Formats: sequence, C-alpha cells, structure tokens
Amino acid sequence: MLKGIVTVTLKQDVLDPQGQAVQHSLKTLGFPEAQNVRIGKSIEVWLEESDSQKAESRLKEMCDALLVNAVIEDYRFEIVEA
Amino acid sequence: MKKTNSNISKWGVVVFPGSNCDHDGLDAIGRICGQNAIEIWHKEDHIQDLDGILLPGGFSYGDYLRAGAIARFSSVVAHLPEYVENGKLVIGICNGFQVLTESGLLPGVLMQNEKIRFICKEIFIRVERADTAFTTEYKEGQVLCIPIAHNEGNFYLPVDELSVLEDNNQVIFRYCDKDGNVTDEANPNGSVNNIAGIINEQGNVLGMMPHPERRCDPILGKPDGEPLFRSMINHITTR
Repeated sequence: MLKGIVTVTLKQDVLDPQGQAVQHSLKTLGFPEAQNVRIGKSIEVWLEESDSQKAESRLKEMCDALLVNAVIEDYRFEIVEA
Repeated sequence: MKKTNSNISKWGVVVFPGSNCDHDGLDAIGRICGQNAIEIWHKEDHIQDLDGILLPGGFSYGDYLRAGAIARFSSVVAHLPEYVENGKLVIGICNGFQVLTESGLLPGVLMQNEKIRFICKEIFIRVERADTAFTTEYKEGQVLCIPIAHNEGNFYLPVDELSVLEDNNQVIFRYCDKDGNVTDEANPNGSVNNIAGIINEQGNVLGMMPHPERRCDPILGKPDGEPLFRSMINHITTR
C-alpha cells in the first residue's frame, strides 16, 4: 500500500486574500518577518498499489481529473509507504 | 415547423444534494411564467426531451473540495454536453454557475470573494447584450437590481483567456452602480472586469452569480429577474 500526498496551491499570479489576511494577523501578533503567506491544501490518497511509478501516473490522472483546478491551482505530490 | 407562443415549454430544475434555490427556480418558471417546470434529481439520465435546464444555487455536495467540483460528476451533468450540443438552453445560477465552470461548459473559475466573506445583498448589474437567448426582453445597457448570496463568486480567468471572452462578447452581465457605471466600488466580490454572468461561444449556456429567480414575484420587489426567464421561454417557443 502506498500513499500519495498532494499539495495544492494557488498559482503565483492568482491573488490569495486568505493568505493576505493571515499574513496581516501574523504581523499584528509580532511576526513582522512573515512577509508573504499563501494558503493551499493537502490531500492524502491511500493507493492499493505497490509499484510507485504506476501510483505516480495514476495520481497525476486523479489530480488532473478532479483534485486540482488547473485554471487557478498548481500541485505537487510525493508518494510514500502507507 | 414553427411553434407558436402558446406552446408551454418543459423545464427541468436539477436538484443536487445541497441545492437550496431549486424551489425558487420552480416557482419563477412554473408559477410566475406559467411553464411546465419539474424537479430533476441529479441521478436522472433522461434529460434530452427538456426544453430548458436550470442548475440552481445552493451548496451541492457541501461544496466539498471546490464549489461545484463534485456535482460535475453527477448523471445529469454528464449528459449536459450532448444537451448543449443540441442547442438546448441551460442556465446556471450561483452554485449552478460554479458547476458549469467546473464541468468545462463555461470558461473560468469562481474563486473565493476577494474580501473573504459570504455576501448576501442586493446589487446592480448591467445588461451587456440584449441579443442573446437569455436577454431579448431586456435593453442593452439596462440596469437590474438583483440579489447575490455567495462566498465563491469572484470570477477569474487568466489574462489571455479573458481577452478571448471579451472579444467574443461572451460577457452578458457586469456589476455596476445604480446608474450603470462599471466601477471597482460596484464590484462586490473582486471578479475580473466586474463580470457577473457569461455565456458559452454557442450562446445557449448562461452562468451568473446573481439570483434572477429571486426577483420574479413583484411581492419581493421590482421583478427585474423575470424578463430573463421570459427571454428564454420566447426563444424556446418561437424557434
């Protein structure tokens, strides 16, 4: 059994108001070094598959079909032993 | 054979788990406009005999993953491309608009509102075109007062695709002030170019964030939404 961990982020040129609000809050709380915050999401998928190359190509298909909206989002993933 | 205006059109209002504007749609098309409007459960396969389909507002599938992302895999939505290909009319309002962009029937994406807040209020929109199947009962430049109620209504398209959309005159409604001026102040959610509603290239699919079905009964205020449904009905019954 393998596990894919997909990290979905907004594309760099897409405004992230949520990230901006969090960055502002961090500043208010005394963390002025937090210059920029971008918020994304993490999706874990348990895969009944032992071949990590096969798992990788299937996971990519899942990202393109559903998990990620390519108009505004980028993604990266890693595959680990579940 | 040309149909007469007396023909009653047959409408389906799609009900997803989490839809909550379906009855407003049924009321607007059925009771107010006097058409045959029925509920269509999202698992329905037989939609091709309908004259018009409304994808209503709400929170289909709890907005899980992204608003509209899961609804796109329902039976009804899977049959929509064929339905649209045949030139039939589809209108997606609010969550329905989100379903249409997620399914690729309309370009773009509805992102979270710029101010990260759910907005529920009356706004003004300007009719950009009065020559579409959805807007013949309006005048070009007419200003409508229609409510919005959404958290993800911030329409976005990358710059190059946006200019294609604009060049094709696919923008049908823009947020504006009460005099019809399209300004940043009149933009409630951060949408690019104040876009509130767009159609597909073929001209038979409309997606819009404001809720025209909530402005059809005069008891709720000036019925600025009713001409939209009247336009669609005229298009169907006279073609």
